[in-house]
Amino acid sequence: MKKTVFLGALTVAGLAAGAAAAGTLDDVKARGKLNCGVTTGLVGFAAPDANGEWHGFDVAVCRAVAAAVLGDPTAVEFVPTTGKTRFTALGSGEVDMLARNTTWTLSRDVDLKFTFVGINYYDGQGFMVPKALGVSSAKELNGATVCIQTGTTTELNLADFFRKNNISYEPVPIETNAEGQQQYLAGACDTYTTDISGLAATRATFENPADHVVLPEVVSKEPLGPLVRHGDDEWADVTRWTLNALIAAEEMGITSANVKEMASAPGSNPEINRILGTEGNLGEMLGLSADWAVNAISAGGNYGEIFARNIGENTPIGLARGLNAQWTDGGLLYSPPFR
Amino acid sequence: MATVSEPPKEAFRLSQLIYDTRYRSMTIQIVALVAFLILIGWLISNTAQNLADLGKEPSFRFLGESAGYDINQRLIDYNNQDSHMRAAVVGILNTLLVAILGCATATILGVIIGVARLSKNWLVGRLMTIYVEIFRNVPVLLWIVFIMAILIETLPPPNAFRGDDPDATMKLFDTVAITNRGVYIPDPVFGADAKDEKGEFLEEPVGWRVGLGDFPIGASRDNPACESYYATEGPGAGEPAASCGTFQVSLDLLLVLAVLVSGFYASHRIKRRADRIQEATGLRPVTWYLRLGVVVLPFAITLWALGFYFAYPELRGFNFQGGTHMRNSLIALWLALSLYTAAFIAEIVRAGILAISHGQTEAAAALGLRPKRIMNLVILPQALRVIIPPLISMWLNLTKNSSLAIAVGYMDITGTLMGITLNQTGRELETVLLGMLIYLTISLIISAVMNWYNRSVKLVER
Ligand SMILES: N[C@@H](CCC(=O)N[C@@H](CS)C(=O)NCC(=O)O)C(=O)O
Repeated sequence: MKKTVFLGALTVAGLAAGAAAAGTLDDVKARGKLNCGVTTGLVGFAAPDANGEWHGFDVAVCRAVAAAVLGDPTAVEFVPTTGKTRFTALGSGEVDMLARNTTWTLSRDVDLKFTFVGINYYDGQGFMVPKALGVSSAKELNGATVCIQTGTTTELNLADFFRKNNISYEPVPIETNAEGQQQYLAGACDTYTTDISGLAATRATFENPADHVVLPEVVSKEPLGPLVRHGDDEWADVTRWTLNALIAAEEMGITSANVKEMASAPGSNPEINRILGTEGNLGEMLGLSADWAVNAISAGGNYGEIFARNIGENTPIGLARGLNAQWTDGGLLYSPPFR
Repeated sequence: MATVSEPPKEAFRLSQLIYDTRYRSMTIQIVALVAFLILIGWLISNTAQNLADLGKEPSFRFLGESAGYDINQRLIDYNNQDSHMRAAVVGILNTLLVAILGCATATILGVIIGVARLSKNWLVGRLMTIYVEIFRNVPVLLWIVFIMAILIETLPPPNAFRGDDPDATMKLFDTVAITNRGVYIPDPVFGADAKDEKGEFLEEPVGWRVGLGDFPIGASRDNPACESYYATEGPGAGEPAASCGTFQVSLDLLLVLAVLVSGFYASHRIKRRADRIQEATGLRPVTWYLRLGVVVLPFAITLWALGFYFAYPELRGFNFQGGTHMRNSLIALWLALSLYTAAFIAEIVRAGILAISHGQTEAAAALGLRPKRIMNLVILPQALRVIIPPLISMWLNLTKNSSLAIAVGYMDITGTLMGITLNQTGRELETVLLGMLIYLTISLIISAVMNWYNRSVKLVER
């Protein structure tokens, strides 16, 4: 232990992780609390309300994991991270998992040594401009000043997009979404670019959202999902299957309203029984209690409920399910079988 | 004749290392040094081991890979296909730029304020006290963010300059545009006869004042960007494109600087001659027009012959084009660092002046010197000796504080190497170590130069 204390002092936070990498599940159980890295504030995805309580689409994943592991969806310590600090926070062991609209890329998976446990939002990068600018396509943005969050895939996609189309731009690097919003609204940049879901969420907080449009071009694939440190497969399994449980629950019609009742006795659908722990021992295999999925689903409902409540069409953010519909509805959500 | 009798040579015994005061201190130092080195070695091997366990062996190979991101303020050519190494160099140059601008401004301001604070004028003295107290008692990070916020929120965006009856207009006879994206100032350029009004090369130069152009260091014929440099005809023949070579030197600028330096040297010689004549004859010849002439005339003629002109900023598309763009991030950082550090320098200057005894002033006055001359010729030169050492520390501080650039998105070395490169490659240890090394080097150079200067102005004592 002394070793790691010393190391932490000598090297950058983030390198001492070696010793702490294994056994995250046990650490979380012993601590009685899950440390979950989220954004510094993106309404709909992760933002604290007036009482300091965190809400959002990504927050719901943290809460589901906490519920599955500890039986308590409130046993979460939310750690706000910027695009730049998030990986150091995860790598150093400051957080047990990241749920921070983070794009799954090869280099993050392989070179930065993280494990993406799934995808909770299929997204793409877009551009938002004020309507008054009179721009209808991103290709007309030659010479424009563009606000981007540093340390994101956004930054690299942007460079690629402008290079591919042989047009120039002036990047204005910013640290957090709040800063980006300030600069964009003050007209210090012509356009703000990030994941389209993020643009929708940002625009929803504007005074006059209707004055701004998201341009039609989607310049990249941004599969967003939770991630954990590389090399702790047990913990990766727990988070992966908690997310799968939320997705499978929607597919099988398990909701926060009926989950208690369905779990009280084995029903006629064996897969539902296996998920809810009334049949088989999937929970035990994961090192969790038999009712882990019941707890996870009770925390905030199934995937569909979480989506609808935080970012769905009836919220100010108003995102359609699109690619994020169940595979049975023509979307891409497809949980592997629970058996 | 006195003979010195040698004391009998004692054989060295090991116990002397501990009991003999002549050796003891050395023993302790060596033991401490060895222990320290062992500790460092242990920490390094531990770090390497932990990184290896993570599967992230330290490696600097990433420096050669393509960076993939763009940087807005570049003093040398850079695009997202260049290496992380080059991105780091762009960052270093940006750090140096703001450090030099900041140190110069802070010193000038600091000296003025420090002197003014001692002013007999009650109002001026009090105002300066207020300045010093306000600026040095609020953290510099807040000043940086505050100035940035003011620039962004209060200045007009470029599109406010558009239209027949625009909300905002350019200042200083339409030569300077002040916007919330930065200040656009006229850009000095050479080669008037070879360029059109947008600064593009003409098919054929319209005169002979085409300038000397840029010289690319490390140009090669294989590089497509160098095509025009090796071409003998066509627009811009002999002129390298921006990305040709490792970096480019403006021959025009070099020539102009050379002419200026020789002008000053000639002027200096004229002054020396006048001094000699004055010493010999007691009469000083009038030389000001000669001295002015040898500096200004060749300078002006060179500028004219090289086709020197100003490219004015002009609203084109989304932004002002042409001219030099001083971004808000640079201005905010520069202003905040200078204003903040100036408060400290003012105190140093005041302390330096107060350290010179009042007798010096009186003695100078008795010789008939006027107050301004007393300050410039008697007090300040002596005060300088007290001022220089703490001034070096302030400059070092300013340079290191420039790493707060990150707060306003100024792309210095913390923004490029230790920011985006770190984040995109995940090489924390390597980038931070490199960054520390770079700051260390910059600081050591500053203090070496200043210490050298300090020695040269030091009182020579017996
Ligand atoms: N998906 C991209 C970008 C993620 C990102 O930074 N998104 C922004 C805007 S959607 C965000 O969440 N900002 C919140 C904050 O500033 O904390 C990535 O993984 O690199």
